[in-house]
Parts: sequence; structure tokens; C-alpha cells
Amino acid sequence: MATAHDDMSWIRRNRMTLTPLLFLAPGVLFFLAYVIIPILQSFNISLYDWDGLGQATYIGLDNYRELATDRAFEISLWNNVKWLVLYLLAIPAGLFIALFLNQTIVGIRLYKSLFFFPFVISQVVVGLVFSWFYLPREGLLNAVLGVVGLGPINVLGDPTLATYGIIAAGLWPQTAYCMILYLTGLNAVDPEQIEAGRLDGAKGWRMLWHVILPQLKPATFIAFVVTIIGALRSFDLISIMTNGGPFGSTRVLSFYMFEKALSEYGFRMGYGSAIAVVLFLIMLVFIGYFLWSMYQDEKAARH
Amino acid sequence: MFPTPIEKRSRGAQITYQALVPLALIMWLLPLIAVALFSIRPLADFTNGNYWGLPSSFEFFSNYGKVFLESDMPRYMLNSVLITVPTVIGAVALSCMTGFALGIYRFRGNLLIFFMFIAGNFVPFQILMVPVRDLTVSAGLYDTKLGLVLFHIAFQTGFCTLFMRNFIRALPFELIEAARVEGIAEWRIFWYIVLPLMKPAIAALSVLIFTFIWNDYFWAIVLTQGPDAQPVTAGITSFNSQFVAQYHLMSAGSIVAALPPVAMFFMMQRHFIAGLTLGAVK
Repeated sequence: MATAHDDMSWIRRNRMTLTPLLFLAPGVLFFLAYVIIPILQSFNISLYDWDGLGQATYIGLDNYRELATDRAFEISLWNNVKWLVLYLLAIPAGLFIALFLNQTIVGIRLYKSLFFFPFVISQVVVGLVFSWFYLPREGLLNAVLGVVGLGPINVLGDPTLATYGIIAAGLWPQTAYCMILYLTGLNAVDPEQIEAGRLDGAKGWRMLWHVILPQLKPATFIAFVVTIIGALRSFDLISIMTNGGPFGSTRVLSFYMFEKALSEYGFRMGYGSAIAVVLFLIMLVFIGYFLWSMYQDEKAARH
Repeated sequence: MFPTPIEKRSRGAQITYQALVPLALIMWLLPLIAVALFSIRPLADFTNGNYWGLPSSFEFFSNYGKVFLESDMPRYMLNSVLITVPTVIGAVALSCMTGFALGIYRFRGNLLIFFMFIAGNFVPFQILMVPVRDLTVSAGLYDTKLGLVLFHIAFQTGFCTLFMRNFIRALPFELIEAARVEGIAEWRIFWYIVLPLMKPAIAALSVLIFTFIWNDYFWAIVLTQGPDAQPVTAGITSFNSQFVAQYHLMSAGSIVAALPPVAMFFMMQRHFIAGLTLGAVK
């Protein structure tokens, strides 16, 4: 009886430590097993030559040395840069549409939802829709170009154009996402500051730049975060629209890694992991920046 | 309100604006409208090169009927449901708990664990491919729905924890302090006080995770391979190779595959948008 009572009081005394521990345990364990440990494992596997089934042989940094001279890797890396830079266009484009739609006319809610529509459908369907849109013979793009006397162009068949064609498809849902972030942000803009700005004679661009944009900063931050992540995660569109082609010109790191590790080009898990590590290191720069900004907010919130 | 409300502008500007908005919308959705138009055309239109003229007949029922009756589409759709729904339940349940622990209690490492979830959620998830596939194969879960569900729950817990923790932080803390003074056990505080207040967050996350998981393609092709377990995003590629170059059927198939998240969005719009803005932009 006495021990049972002691147990009870030990639990009671430490309940402020035990409760969060027990509540965290399942989530943290799951996340460690499927996300954190695999990141570390990728670093380890990248030092081996391994086909995923047989014995892995330790080869040190050989995979990375091979990367340095791999032309396909260079193209993929370069395409990732294009994705990163051009994908950011979604932010001003989203702001533009948000400003355009931030009115109160009949049915504006429905219009806003329909503008947002592309974000809700899967990237697979977006990819299919755009690859049909670009078709040289059946596609709507060339039908429209034909009317104004241009074309026909085969966007996805041309190695110099294909990546841009895919990025344009990706910008479609991403712009919709940024738009909704800004529409929500615009709702929260302080009307008194706008009035004050008007009294100071600010309007149009000056008002936007000096009064509105500073208040939209939280929305811009989230738009920036999700757009960077989206650009580095690009895979579905490439897989659906060109499958890396023509002549490997549309590969990005995540796609090249998949090809090397899991497709008919052979099961080179080590080499694939080395590509994953490079991709992770690129992302780490951004993750570091995001976490730092969030940490600043946390500190500010505590005081 | 910015820009200047259109009601305060001239009559001409108002009419121009009201005409411009639907026009812009049609331009914006043009690729999608094209697919919707394709999906009701007969095969003959494509062989005759009549892509954009009037359809020679209206084949809505026969095209969509074929998608449901003459392909594996219904199976893929069912798989998607059986993958998506358990993932939503699992991820939301786990993150209610982690969010509660990180939002309410002060202990060393609190912020560290929170940032671990955020950082993990931000990685381009493709880099997890090799180890996660290996883990799934060695657990005997390759090409099963369960294998896919377990991974999705784990990965989505990162995002959901971020959301839940911030939501709980914004709740009135006095409620919890008052309950503690009354001597109510901690798990009862969670169950009877915090959880009921989290309903809007749970709704927002549920619709959002539903859409994310339904639309997942990468993990579907990495962890599964046949009609037994593959969701509709991966199945659509085999569907398209079954009906190669038959654009009317491929279009109908894509529309069917895209529909459930769209329906979810239109039914739960408010929650959906609250989730997307991470609750940070109120």
C-alpha cells in the first residue's frame, strides 16, 4: 500500500515533466524514424556503393567525385537554380491578382475561390493539363498562337524551352497559393493607416510600397517559405510532363536522384543519396534562415 | 481598404471592372477549361482534327462511364480514400498531442523539439527516398497502403505540429491555470478543456492534409507499384497508357482524379484557407 502511494505521489510530483513527455513520445518517435534518422542515413549511404539489395561497399567520397564530373548532375543543379529564381515570380504575381480581386462586387467570393482552384488539384493533373495545353497539334496554346499568326511551337519537345514550360505550369498553382496568402493579409491591413496615408497624399504605388507592403510582411514571409520549398520539391510536374527529357534537359536534382536510385537506369542507392545530400545542403541554407526568423519572433513573443 | 473600393470610382470604371474579372478568370483557367471541353467530345472529333470547334456529339455520359466501368479507376480511387483518411486521422491525432505538449508546458528542449519538427517538415522530402524505401521494404510493407500511410502520418506530423502548437499558444492560458488550481489532472485538461477549443484547428488541418495526401504522387510511385495499393495520382499514368492518345478519356480520367480535393475545398473553404495561411495571417 505504502509503495503504491509513493508511486502515485512520484507521478503527481513529476506530472509537469511526465505529461509533456508522454504526449510528445508517439509523434517524436514517428518523426525521428521516418524523417530525422533517414536524413542522417542519407549521409551515410552516400559513402557506399550499394544496389539496395546486396552487400554495400564503402567507397569514401567517390560518389561525390563522380558528381563533380557528371554533366547530367550539372544540368540538374542548374535547372534547380532556374526553378528557384523563376518560381519566386509567383509572389509578385500572387500579390497582383490579390490586389485585383480585393474588391466587394457581387460574386467576388466565388471568383476568389475559382482563381484559387489550380492549387487544389494535384500536380499530376496540372502536369497533364499543361502537357496537353502545349501539344503541337491538339494543344490550345498553338491554336491561340495560330490565330495571331505565330507558332506552332513544341514547348516540351525543345530542350531549350522545356524547363521553362514546366516552370510556367508550376507557377500556375503557386501563384494561386500566394494570392490567397495576400488576400488574407489584405483583409487585416489597418484601415486607419490607409486613411493616414491618404491624408499625407500617398496613393497608388507609393501607398502600396510604404503603407501596404510593410503590413503584408507576415504574408510575404510565408509566401517566400512555401515558394522556396515548392521550387526545391519540384518533381511531379517533371515526371509527368517530360520524364526528364528531351535529352535530360529538364531534370532537377530530386528527379535525377530518383532516376539514379530507382529507375531503369540502375539501382545506385549510394549515388542517389549523394545527390540527396547536395539537395539537402542547398535547402539547409534556407531552413537556417527560416528557423532564425521564427526564433526572432519567438523571442519577441515572450517579452 | 486597398486598393480604393471600386464603388468609389466612376460608373465607367465599375462596369469595366465587372467585365474584366470574369474575363481574367476565363484566361486564368483556360488550360483547365480546355481539358473539361475535351472530356465531353467523341473520339471522332480527335481523328478528324476538330479540337476546338463544336463537338460533333455530346459524350459526357459515355466518356465518364468508360472511366468508371472499363478501367481500374474505381480501385485507384478507393485506394486513395483508404490511404488519405487514415493519414488524416493519424497525423491530426499525433499533432494534437505534440502541439499540446509544446504549447502548454515549459521545459528544456521545448523549442529545440519544435524546431526539429519545422526543419524536418521543410526538407525536400525526396531526399528521404532511399532510407524510407529501405525501411518500408524491410518492414514488409512495400506496395501496401499501410506502408504509405505510416510514412505520410510521420511526415505530416511535422507540419501539423507547427500549426497546432501555434494555435494552442494563442488560447487563453488562464483557463489552464484555473483548471490546475482546481486540481484537475493534466490529461483531463487536455481532453476536456484544450481539445474542445481546438476544433477549428482540427477542421483546418483535416481538409488541408486530405488535399496534400490525396495529391501526393512521389511517395505513391516510390512505395507502391500496382493497382492493389496505388492511389489515383499514380494510377492515372497507367490509365493513360491504357487509353493512349484518346484525349477525351484521359481528360475525363484526370477530372475524376482531381475531383475529391476540389469538392473538399468548396465544402470547407473557410477552414482550408485558415490552414494554408498557417493561422499566422489572421
